[in-house]
Amino acid sequence: MTIPGATMFVVTAIFAIAGGLITIWSKRPLRAAIGLLIHIISLSGMFLTLNAHLMAVLQLLVYAGAVVVLFVFVIMLIGPAAEVGPIQGRLAPRTLSIAMVVAVVLALSTSVAYFDAPWAELPEDFGTVEGLGTAIYQQAAVPFEVISITLLVAIIGAIAVARSRTE
Amino acid sequence: MGIGTYLALASVLFGIGAAGFLVRRNMLVQLMSIELMLNSVNVLLLAFNRAYPGNHDGQLFAFFVIAVAAAELVIGLSILIAYYRIKKTLDTDEATLLKY
Repeated sequence: MTIPGATMFVVTAIFAIAGGLITIWSKRPLRAAIGLLIHIISLSGMFLTLNAHLMAVLQLLVYAGAVVVLFVFVIMLIGPAAEVGPIQGRLAPRTLSIAMVVAVVLALSTSVAYFDAPWAELPEDFGTVEGLGTAIYQQAAVPFEVISITLLVAIIGAIAVARSRTE
Repeated sequence: MGIGTYLALASVLFGIGAAGFLVRRNMLVQLMSIELMLNSVNVLLLAFNRAYPGNHDGQLFAFFVIAVAAAELVIGLSILIAYYRIKKTLDTDEATLLKY
């Protein structure tokens, strides 16, 4: 990996971790949404270091463009009740769950950090619109169409579930 | 700065999302934590695809993960709004509607 690529990776990794921590730590949901936005944009930059250009653009379009806006929209729709007070009562289960997550993550990350495969030579069209588009339409045409039906069902389902019942 | 760094980073990000999902009681923040976990899996898929670039399978999977995550989020938020209409709160400890 080249020096600019490594620098880009370090910077985006720091911002991704910071954004994730802001998301889960902040009391106000709007700040959590902004943390999610930081996380998503820095992950999009990280996808560039992996030569996944189309996926970086899709990440920005779908997540930063649609998902975060949807979150902010719902937060504004719900208003002050979107904030939930501090944890009350039993702390033991939550402490235990945090300890388990930390243990699993430590074991996992220290064991995979030494896995090393040399960065292979890239084909000409790797990660470009042409390369990934060809792969989608030649190898995954049926899943692609199924995804479009899934999104349509999700739209109809969202309208049916969230619609007001006071006729 | 090999592929192992990317794998370690992805597991750390997944851990952040899992911890947020387990600890927070706010449904909105729990949905955001699910998005964090799905994103960390995308990092993993793209890193492996970069290490073995003979085909585009990893990027294909990441593409479908993004699409399914968007659909899942839309349904989750609409359920959240329907729940808020009934209970006037987003606290998961109050979610006892299916308890008889």
